[in-house]
Amino acid sequence: MSLISPWRADFPGILALAAEGQTYLDSAATAQKPQAVLDALLGYLASGVANVHRAQHLPGERATRAFEATRSQAAQWLNAARAEEIIFTRGTTESLNLLAYGLEHLLQPGEQIVISALEHHANLLPWQQLAKRRGLELVILPLDDAGSIDLQQAARLIGTRTRLLAVSQLSNVLGRWQPLDELLALARTQGALTVVDGAQGAVHGRHDLQALGCDFYVCSSHKLYGPDGVGLLYGRREALGQLQHWQFGGEMVLDADYHEARFRPAPLGFEAGTPAVSAVIALGAALNWLNGLDHAAVARHEATLHAELLAGLQARDGVRLLGQPQLALASFCVDGVHNADLAHLLSEQGIAVRAGHHCAMPLMKGLGLSGAIRVSLGLYNDGEDLQRFFSALDNALELLR
Amino acid sequence: MSLPVAAQEALAAFAACLGWEQRARLLMQWGERLAPLSDAERVDEHRVHGCESLVWLIAERSGEHLHFRASSDARLLRGLLAVLLARVDGLPRAELASVDLVDWFNQLGLQRQLSPSRSNGLNAVLQRMRELAGRPA
Repeated sequence: MSLISPWRADFPGILALAAEGQTYLDSAATAQKPQAVLDALLGYLASGVANVHRAQHLPGERATRAFEATRSQAAQWLNAARAEEIIFTRGTTESLNLLAYGLEHLLQPGEQIVISALEHHANLLPWQQLAKRRGLELVILPLDDAGSIDLQQAARLIGTRTRLLAVSQLSNVLGRWQPLDELLALARTQGALTVVDGAQGAVHGRHDLQALGCDFYVCSSHKLYGPDGVGLLYGRREALGQLQHWQFGGEMVLDADYHEARFRPAPLGFEAGTPAVSAVIALGAALNWLNGLDHAAVARHEATLHAELLAGLQARDGVRLLGQPQLALASFCVDGVHNADLAHLLSEQGIAVRAGHHCAMPLMKGLGLSGAIRVSLGLYNDGEDLQRFFSALDNALELLR
Repeated sequence: MSLPVAAQEALAAFAACLGWEQRARLLMQWGERLAPLSDAERVDEHRVHGCESLVWLIAERSGEHLHFRASSDARLLRGLLAVLLARVDGLPRAELASVDLVDWFNQLGLQRQLSPSRSNGLNAVLQRMRELAGRPA
């Protein structure tokens, strides 16, 4: 008896890939989209598009209404206090770059930005470059053996000079929830701003940002079963008020002269130029679809799949997991086997997994690895996907050993 | 322009392949045939950057002819390097510039290894090879 996903049939993409002989296990990179998202995209594009926030005409009004409805839905999804606390960006990477530029003016030479050793390049490089621009110190919180940020060390390293903490909620390599409550408390004690990278975390479970109490939270639509090209930047109202504008252009301005201008507050002041209107509207459809699911059932399904994945990997000789993953994904390498060889042979057999450094080069170097294979799960994956993966893995290892 | 002997041999072997397993085995066998590089040669100067695996490529020139040696820490990539060198090794520079290497991998049934999303580095190797070939003696 194989584990069945009751949501699989809602995803034309996963079915099409399966028909092509492809087993998609790379949802942590990007997720397939439910039919509701395809319908919303086509529905909007086919019924007459218009730009948002600009025109008085009916199509413009309709587009703006649908666009703003997604903002409200996203606020609700994350339990933000108000829709104005949600800024649309192009993705998590842009959200983090926006923050690194928007907060730059608050940071003085010699002050510290604190991140962790497991950060994706998107939550490392913007801060690294900001530190270089402003003469700041970038402090890296170390991990314990399981792959969690070490809280004892964090308590020692987050100090009076810490002005900003930016950490991931769920690691894209290690698959572990990070101890955000404790870390955010440490940062708040020092009066530091807090940024949470929710690119992976937002996809699993529901998160209450008011309860979490971070200043900023960022995530991407494309991993959350929505279209690509859209990201969310949540900011507490007080925190958003501290952001300086960073991109300038259409519709972010209140009043412009040739030599001076005044800008809108968030969110529109941070959405210069025409946004990804169709993608934002379709993200609303994704959130709507997700809202309709039985969340306990989704969590159970994901947990069962993940347990099967771990059990299968651990049952195989020489397979070494990176850290102790808790959900969503597992990264591993195999003793005596180059991950590029394994990746090559898995892809020959139609297994779509990710190989390499997973946009976390310093983490991989720290683990002493040149790369690893990552299997990541979406709610549409089922027991047969895992069986196909394991059988391909066995074939590949037999050839390579 | 006739195919070098090693290339004819590769073509015959890969054309006879049935399925991915045979192809993988064959690639690994070809990889074993690569002349090893010494530690002194496996240095940054000879690294081909832009691949996630380690790849080294060395070009030696005798007159108008180019002689390449290459290696990698990944076995299948060593095989890909071997079939690449089988096609181009020892060619005069002018002829090297005109070899359609994409077509060569196509003929071997290995075209997917050149797709732009590949991080195996084969594209970077081809690029590097053209640079080395184009350098003045």
